[in-house]
Amino acid sequence: MSIYALRHDEASCIGCQACEVHCKTNKGLGPGPSPCKIISTGPIDIGGVPRVRHTFMPCFHCEEAWCVKACPTGAMKKREKDGIVHVVAALCVGCKSCITACPWGTPQWDPGTNKVVKCDYCMDRVDAGLDPACVTKCVTGCLSFGLANEVPDPRRERYAHFVLAEPARGV
Amino acid sequence: MNTTMAPNVKAVSAPGKRTVYSICGMCSVRCPMEVTVEDGRATWLQGNTHDQAQGASLCAKGAAGLALEADDQRPQSPLIRSGPRGSGQWRRASWDEALDHIADKLKQTIEQHGPRGIAFSDRGGFFGDLSRTFVKALGSPNYFNHDATCGGNVHNAARSIYGFSHAGLVPDFNHIKHVVLYGRNIVESLMVKEVKAFMGALGNGMRCTYIDPRASATAAKATRFWQVRPNSDYALNLALIHEVLRQKAYDEDFVERWVSGMDVLREAVKHTTPDWQEPHTGVPARELREFVAEIAGQVPHVIFNPGWMTARHKQSFFVSRTALILNALMGNLETPGGFTLAKGPEYYGRKSLKPLAARAPAVTEPRVDGAGTTHPTWDPAIGMLHQLFAAMETAQPYGIGAYIAYRHDPVTAMPDAEAVKQALDKAALVVSIDVRYSETGWYSDVILPESTYLERANILGQLPGPVPVFTMRDQAVAPRFDSRPAWWIFREILRRLGKMEALDFETIEELWNYQLEGTGVTVADMRESGVVRLATSPKLTPRDQLKFPTPSGKIEIDSDLLKQAGLPAFPPYEPKTAPSGDQFTLLFGRPPVLAHGQSLNNPILREIAPEQVLWIHPERAGPLGIADGDEVEVSGGGSYVGRLKAKVTPWIHREAVFMLHGYGATVPLATRALGVGVADQRLQHGKLYEFDPAGGGNALTETIVRVKAAARQGVSA
Repeated sequence: MSIYALRHDEASCIGCQACEVHCKTNKGLGPGPSPCKIISTGPIDIGGVPRVRHTFMPCFHCEEAWCVKACPTGAMKKREKDGIVHVVAALCVGCKSCITACPWGTPQWDPGTNKVVKCDYCMDRVDAGLDPACVTKCVTGCLSFGLANEVPDPRRERYAHFVLAEPARGV
Repeated sequence: MNTTMAPNVKAVSAPGKRTVYSICGMCSVRCPMEVTVEDGRATWLQGNTHDQAQGASLCAKGAAGLALEADDQRPQSPLIRSGPRGSGQWRRASWDEALDHIADKLKQTIEQHGPRGIAFSDRGGFFGDLSRTFVKALGSPNYFNHDATCGGNVHNAARSIYGFSHAGLVPDFNHIKHVVLYGRNIVESLMVKEVKAFMGALGNGMRCTYIDPRASATAAKATRFWQVRPNSDYALNLALIHEVLRQKAYDEDFVERWVSGMDVLREAVKHTTPDWQEPHTGVPARELREFVAEIAGQVPHVIFNPGWMTARHKQSFFVSRTALILNALMGNLETPGGFTLAKGPEYYGRKSLKPLAARAPAVTEPRVDGAGTTHPTWDPAIGMLHQLFAAMETAQPYGIGAYIAYRHDPVTAMPDAEAVKQALDKAALVVSIDVRYSETGWYSDVILPESTYLERANILGQLPGPVPVFTMRDQAVAPRFDSRPAWWIFREILRRLGKMEALDFETIEELWNYQLEGTGVTVADMRESGVVRLATSPKLTPRDQLKFPTPSGKIEIDSDLLKQAGLPAFPPYEPKTAPSGDQFTLLFGRPPVLAHGQSLNNPILREIAPEQVLWIHPERAGPLGIADGDEVEVSGGGSYVGRLKAKVTPWIHREAVFMLHGYGATVPLATRALGVGVADQRLQHGKLYEFDPAGGGNALTETIVRVKAAARQGVSA
């Protein structure tokens, strides 16, 4: 796996889909491909109150990435230094093997170039010391990015507050 | 082309990379932002990090600004109508020709009706000085903002109690313990700074009571959800006040010192007990008492959001008014964890921007809508737009010959599009100034393409707040088409009428320098960060030194304005009859990716816009033979019938149905939005002239629609 983590704190996510547009505009994509996606379901009844659940679906950047193995031209690569799985556009012939191979539907078809595009954690930004576009401009700050053990994780602290001190807060 | 002819065609295409400070124009919230420009192209938009509350955040609409810029489906030159209104027959015109045409028609209007026969509307906001100056320089009192279908009721309610607009109340989310929202859908009808602070506060343990017939995405974040009957919130508030007084769950010292008219209040809520409200609202009396007991321990860190879009029903003004009174009872004004009062520059010993409006001669004619005269509770500074259309129809109290809609689309924003068009038919000139093809533009005589917010500079804005700021929208890129900024358009119209003095500036820098005179801030300072704070940190006025701009200097429950209007301080609650059979109260709302009718043609936003569905309760859908996902037909009494899928869910009240607003567009040149979904405003049949008499806002959610299962289409036997 990549040395990074892109964490989604669902409790502070509002499902506004800004991340999707930040991603697309940063990559110059038009309608069609969506390298990251917020999937929302609800409202559903959780203990008598309505709740909407949000899942953030970028790329897992797998250790043994099926898309990389499926790619016949070597366009889909895993970057040695940090494990980011990315497409080299110049090598992509648009065969869609990676789209077929990925169990999570991560690689996206770009009708603008007839090639594949996917979440690469905005590696050009990462290399410049910046966060991915989705994280940088997230409305509520529910997305965070960094080295896997250094990304802030509010969940434990929130749970501890709930259990120890302020059960009224909920989780 | 020189800068006088098109002042926004200038050296913005220089090679290299630079940052330009701007203000988002994708909705009327107008978030501060920065634009990265590379070789003359905007390549990255983000929030202006010099504004801490904003940070780099932008919403989906804001980020899709790049797609607006790249879009060809917007007016590319002035257009003059060449066929009947609404026929879609246009001819391209030069700016000179279009402006001369407008000026000739305005002269005719002035001859026939006087200058007061010219009316103008926009969507308010902190660039309003320019619009107001333009209208004043024309010699007309008839400037309107969009608040007849937005915040007019809450704005006027706040004036009736505090003497200032609700915009003067800034919640201190860092310390609030409990926020109460009356359908204020912070999470979806979102303002970036507000939702960011709101979610942060919830994460820190703030409680939220959310009141709405529908479980919106905000309900899904709240700690308590009251699924009230539609339009019953005034009854709820009368009972809340009753119970707050009974349990003494209020700040007695604050009320004693700063609130007048408590006797009138006590009398009004004497019998409005929790049990009394239960059949009206559906909120169990026990839950209401528990809620009051809970907030009793949180006073004064409890705020009742008085509303934003409050054009709902004919007692909406009194919903906002009672919510504002609950705030006074909480004693939450000018205290940490309550509302901080917004301050102007003078509070901190600084100087305000010099108003452009001062350059135009005073207008003494009364307003055509009676705001401030026959309707004392309606603020003449914002007007009430439906009464403009009434005057067009009837020529009473006087005739209106010309109407200019500036980045405002009343055919979409006002109820009953057909009635709006019928009124427009009586005007000799209708002009739309916009960056896009709006429904109103399509029904106008002349479309003037304003440059997009990335292609133009605006006048400087001033925002009162805990720390007041000056804010700048600088020009980031050259316009892609033959468009102009509004200040230039207004100046050129005034020039042709021989009334140019008020806006006699050759360049925007010259105009900015005028605004900044004596403020100690320079154009260079503004360009450095886009937002200039006029104090280092917020200051609270000591509570014993508060002064409210009311006749008594106190918070006035027994309002002088209402007395002048001959209206009671607290009318009795008007009980609502539950619609039955195939009839429902029509509610509407927004998703976070759309701003009313202005977003759906954006290629990126169109892609992620949710499918418009009709929320309907299973117990009502069943007898009508409607199952989840079925196509249904919705009608509002006029000839328009909408067809969409049903979302059968218990999270909408039995008496109501809900759909998203901003769909059902008809402009053929905006192909992505064309014909997508249902226009709720066209279902609001007969509602153009139905409004809350006290606040003036339209009664949009009093619309009753009929719903039936749709006949199957395209299924062969």
